[in-house]
Amino acid sequence: MKLTLHIWRQRSTSEKGRMVSYEMADANEHMSFLEMLDVLNEQLIGRGDDPVAFDHDCREGICGSCGFMINGIAHGPRSGTTICQLHMRHFKNGDELWLEPWRATAFPIVKDLAVNRSAFDRIIQAGGYITTPTGNAIDGNAIAIPKEDSERAMDAAACIGCGACVAACPNASASLFTGAKISHLGLLPQGQPERNGRALRMVQIAQEETFGNCTNIGECEAVCPKNISLEVIARMNRDFLRGSFLWRSGSGGDGG
Amino acid sequence: MSNQIFMATSINTAGKSAGNSIRRDLSFYDATIGKKAVMAATGVILFGFVLVHLVGNLQIFLPPDAKGIFKIDEYGKFLHSMPAVLWGARSVLIAAVMLHIWSSISLARMQRRARPTAYVKKNNAHSTYASRTMMLSGPIVACFIMYHLLHFTGGQVHPNYIETAVHHNVIRGLQEWPAAIFYIVAIMLLGTHLYHGLWSMLQSLGVSHPSYTPMLKASAKVFAFLIVVGNISIPISILLGIVK
Repeated sequence: MKLTLHIWRQRSTSEKGRMVSYEMADANEHMSFLEMLDVLNEQLIGRGDDPVAFDHDCREGICGSCGFMINGIAHGPRSGTTICQLHMRHFKNGDELWLEPWRATAFPIVKDLAVNRSAFDRIIQAGGYITTPTGNAIDGNAIAIPKEDSERAMDAAACIGCGACVAACPNASASLFTGAKISHLGLLPQGQPERNGRALRMVQIAQEETFGNCTNIGECEAVCPKNISLEVIARMNRDFLRGSFLWRSGSGGDGG
Repeated sequence: MSNQIFMATSINTAGKSAGNSIRRDLSFYDATIGKKAVMAATGVILFGFVLVHLVGNLQIFLPPDAKGIFKIDEYGKFLHSMPAVLWGARSVLIAAVMLHIWSSISLARMQRRARPTAYVKKNNAHSTYASRTMMLSGPIVACFIMYHLLHFTGGQVHPNYIETAVHHNVIRGLQEWPAAIFYIVAIMLLGTHLYHGLWSMLQSLGVSHPSYTPMLKASAKVFAFLIVVGNISIPISILLGIVK
């Protein structure tokens, strides 16, 4: 399988980048996309060139490390799939592919296709936690949670923080990510004490990290490898508006 | 929001001091979600006006009574007979338009800041054209509204404006084909704006549920379509000479 790859090469955050074209003659349909890039990098190293930098870790679609744009679509053409789980059998011999990093002010490019997603960590620090007693683990069934609620919380918790939502959004908004985290905790009894302050803080930090606003167009939902629904954004909006009215300063737990 | 607030929030994650860094006055209209809530609320007001305005306008199709007085002229007189109500409504509308525009401009500035470098290649296959072009349809409709006010409310750009002669003004004004074409194009853009906006405003206010969201999305499209068909029927019938 032969491919033409146009890859964004940028040596560091401060330097200017550009598209560089490579002919990839040794791809085969059994490789994952990242394995195909591994082969390309072997060839580049053999020639004494700088290999293409990209983030990856588990390579089984659950860690959230990998991700870049293939032909303008975050994580490539298959829905509900991270790039590491995207196989070359979904491409044709002779395809021409454009690979670009996530582009957002909040995600500075580290090198080539690798971006710095620490802004997501700072959103999590602002409210992606609950207060819980330490010590022995409590009985898993001690708090009754309706099945529907626990499943919706689990669906939101499936977010792996890869950043595809930001990359696909024309406004570089982190609403799907932030909404998923707020929904994940807010749907469970354990998440109630901090619920109002959580929405206010996480939304505020997302904005300070220069993520844009949501215009409800749905590009994020379409590329999310974990199929997180736009409904989490409505829930974030609801919790934010609710928090704006109910939050009291100095209440510690931020309860309404 | 100062850098200091940001530092306090990101470092103290233990609860109390992080909580104290929230300022309610900062957190509502400064937040994008607060601005979107303002856009949604003003959007509801403006959509309500568009609906009532259309129902009023459709009276152009009613024939004159025995004395030769057109229904729409009487309607105009009726509205002007209560200046307090008329100017009350106009003030609310002007305030809604200004808040809607002001919020959209400040949101658009944040968006530009969020992604200053465009993709070499970007595929937006999953969103509608209407949803991606709100910042084009909106300003064009705003320009149209200015023209429309000078055309039929003030009469400054009307070829033969007669105060209170609504029927005459509308027919005479829209017999000029460039004006009629501009009306048709602007109404279609208003339709695309509503096609996305009518559902989007509900999402912005947090209204979403698998059991009724599909119905809300469908009704938004039906309303947008009816607004376009209803409004566009007026310049088209006048251009074709069906209404004289």
